[in-house]
Amino acid sequence: MSDLNSKSTLTHLQRLEAEAIHIMREVVAEAENPVMMYSVGKDSAVMLHLARKAFYPSPPPFPLLHVDTTWKFQEMYKLRDKMAQDSGMELLVYQNPEAAERGINPFDHGALHTDMWKTEGLKQALDKYGFDAAFGGARRDEEKSRAKERIFSFRTASHGWDPKNQRPELWNLYNARKNKGESIRVFPISNWTELDIWQYIHLNDVPIVPLYMAAERPTVERDGMLLMVDDDRFPLKPGEVPVMRSIRFRTLGCYPLTGAVESTAKTLPEVIQETLLTTTSERQGRAIDKDAGGAGMEVKKQQGYF
Amino acid sequence: MSDDLTIDPVYVTDTLIAEDIDAYLETHQHKTMLRFITCGSVDDGKSTLIGRMLYDSKMIFEDQLAALETDSKKVGTQGQEIDFALLVDGLAAEREQGITIDVAYRFFNTEKRKFIVADCPGHEQYTRNMVTGASTADLAVILIDARKGVLVQTRRHSYLCHLIGIRNIVLAVNKMDLVDYDPVVFDAIVKDYTEFARSIGIENFTAMPISGFKGDNITTKSANTPWYSGPTLIEHLETVEVLSSLDADKPFRMPVQWVNRPNLDFRGFSGLIATGSVKPGDAVRVLPSGKTSTVTRIVTLGEDLDEAVAGQSVTICFADEIDCSRGDVIAIAENPPEAADQFEATVVWMADEALIPGRAYWLKSATQTVSATVHQPKYTVNVNTMEHMAAKTLDLNAIGVAEVTTDKPIVFEAYDDNRTLGGFILIDKITNATVAAGMLRFSLRRAQNVHWQALDVTREAHAAAKNQNPAVLWFTGLSGSGKSTIANLVEKKLHALGKHTFLLDGDNVRHGLNKDLGFTEADRIENIRRVGEVAKLMTDAGLIVLTAFISPFRAERDMVRQMLPKGDFVEVFVDTPLEEAERRDVKGLYKKARSGALKNFTGIDSPYEAPEAAEIRVDTMTETPEAAAERIVERITGDWMPTI
Repeated sequence: MSDLNSKSTLTHLQRLEAEAIHIMREVVAEAENPVMMYSVGKDSAVMLHLARKAFYPSPPPFPLLHVDTTWKFQEMYKLRDKMAQDSGMELLVYQNPEAAERGINPFDHGALHTDMWKTEGLKQALDKYGFDAAFGGARRDEEKSRAKERIFSFRTASHGWDPKNQRPELWNLYNARKNKGESIRVFPISNWTELDIWQYIHLNDVPIVPLYMAAERPTVERDGMLLMVDDDRFPLKPGEVPVMRSIRFRTLGCYPLTGAVESTAKTLPEVIQETLLTTTSERQGRAIDKDAGGAGMEVKKQQGYF
Repeated sequence: MSDDLTIDPVYVTDTLIAEDIDAYLETHQHKTMLRFITCGSVDDGKSTLIGRMLYDSKMIFEDQLAALETDSKKVGTQGQEIDFALLVDGLAAEREQGITIDVAYRFFNTEKRKFIVADCPGHEQYTRNMVTGASTADLAVILIDARKGVLVQTRRHSYLCHLIGIRNIVLAVNKMDLVDYDPVVFDAIVKDYTEFARSIGIENFTAMPISGFKGDNITTKSANTPWYSGPTLIEHLETVEVLSSLDADKPFRMPVQWVNRPNLDFRGFSGLIATGSVKPGDAVRVLPSGKTSTVTRIVTLGEDLDEAVAGQSVTICFADEIDCSRGDVIAIAENPPEAADQFEATVVWMADEALIPGRAYWLKSATQTVSATVHQPKYTVNVNTMEHMAAKTLDLNAIGVAEVTTDKPIVFEAYDDNRTLGGFILIDKITNATVAAGMLRFSLRRAQNVHWQALDVTREAHAAAKNQNPAVLWFTGLSGSGKSTIANLVEKKLHALGKHTFLLDGDNVRHGLNKDLGFTEADRIENIRRVGEVAKLMTDAGLIVLTAFISPFRAERDMVRQMLPKGDFVEVFVDTPLEEAERRDVKGLYKKARSGALKNFTGIDSPYEAPEAAEIRVDTMTETPEAAAERIVERITGDWMPTI
């Protein structure tokens, strides 16, 4: 194909990168108090890398916000602190005090755990700091309701999302105007797929949590999910003994809620290979999407979940 | 699953992934990207086609497939067969209704390209969604049900795609399986469509017979259509030229998004290159100022670039310290775009509330945001028949051609030449909603012809001669609230103090300057605009102007506020409850309005939007007109100065 060899035709990753950088700069130019949601996962890693690229040689002119549930993998906390330091950005860690006080945890409280720590925690954090624009690393290929969300996703003062009343989004002209109290969630990597993320990490040596690569790790099997015993808060059932297995994770969240896959993929190309040959979708390891029938994520988003 | 639904091996090089992942990654890394939209009416099989492409390219996983199989049996429309549409119809609300209600974006890869599909709904009330989806597309696939041929919707979709500038159109004649793959049916549809396409200026398109459900001519040439020798849909999508590579051959333009200034030694201008390419050493010009400089560096994280092209986000440094900020456009020095403030534009209205000609909206084009008004449309286009129709306004989903005026010149190019510098959105100043999208066609050149007369006796000189600060005291409130009474008292008091004043009210304006205006929403806005302009001229002459108009809409009061230097506009809200004003009913107007004899009467069948932060508020229930007037005069003449 002639255009494939032409110097002037950008590759899909170059176009996606340029789009994400353009989006971030628009937000910084138009919002009063932007923040970047940082979950330490691979999507966050790419988003952070893009932010550093967008504003170089300045550090990205906004802080990172980690809405912490206190139940993330230890390796995630380690990388989080290192990345904040390397990027020269302020790191804000928010833990919902009410969830902490009531001892909400994934083992005893199920859906309430996500609701209190993540959804409520996020709203509280955004209110506390008065952020009017928050970058999130959601992708449209992840889930059906996300496929229909705008890049600039407008939220009411109570953080609600109304899928039927979204602003039309034309060309690359984004409307960042809003009234007092309202805010915008911005998704710069909306148009990236899981493969694009991996490929970008591979090409740019973007640092990611080692848990994405296979290693021998202590695990137990619960309800068909392979869970990693990441610390001694994991309540083992009588007679249950952690078994060392070669595992890795396709997505990272709270360790008691995140299922591992058995794998021997120790390098990035091997992980990508496995991803491409795999036959289950990425979010399948997560419990959150299965709530409320087929509309799990849509309902969560209307309530203010990212 | 039936045999028809097995995965087609043409798409995915499973063996390469399995045997040599590095080679696979190398290939993938060099893929280009094509964005396209699919348009069709509800039953054309659009979602099925997209579902099929995702399925064939293995973008559907086992767990999703299992869910799909269950859903197909539960809510599907294909009996026991897989209903691909369920993969695509995302939101719960629309799954229940069985229709697509918004633009959804899907992704798939072939060996040569990554594809982003905007799935656009077909029914009439969602024209705005289709325009949204089309605005980022390189190509459009227009679906036709072979059993039904070219429908009104087909015409509408084709017109919208053409309007938004898509030059690659695929006419996919779908459901060929249901007409026994009959070439006569196909040829008749193509002939029919060709005639229509020519009539609206579509020069060429690619027609192909397909079946999304059965998979004919999607990835592999179908044995069922031996009479068709053209490419399959995927072959075509893989080889057609993408828009950004065409943009690279145009003159260099980059709208400035952000000035990067980490320290005193570095000053760079960040933006996405809209067209052309740039190299260090290039002579560039900053618009609209026209200042020139030379590019010294193209900075990115890692290393500087030797060249950057359309579609790349970069940061550019200049040899000289020239003024350049967000909203400016950096262009090649010898061939820059022009700036203008009056245009002919095509406007697609996207809000429930209709266009109000003359009202000020925010206009955003590239990185420029200015205040703009749209005049009464010259005509609107009936998207079903392509007829031009006379219109006073633009309703939801209407497309019209109108004059657009901006409050200061913007850098632009005709939309057909440059989507970035020719496309714009309009934003409501109160709700902040995106109410319209538009395409600048050409400038009306009046900006260049009407030069401001350079005045030797300035505004300040006029004011100094009168020994006063000019201001506009803008009285607003319901009919019968007491605006004119208080304004009259204020003017008398100011006059007694030796101030030079003038009172504009309905009596001296409606009978002369504005006698051509009625009381519709649009006319009321024009009334206020003219009053605002006259008041402004009078303040230029050094006068203190008092105006007493109901002026019910916040947007218009704000428009006048914007016309004047900061602080010169003093809003006086004469706050009288409706019941009280109606009880007073000095002129008997409320009675008439209640009986229906008077239409569009503020407070009865037309809204009054109370000021949110008026400089002065008069509560007529607790303060006499005399006391209120005294208080206002004190604020105007005392220590308090309206200028900030």
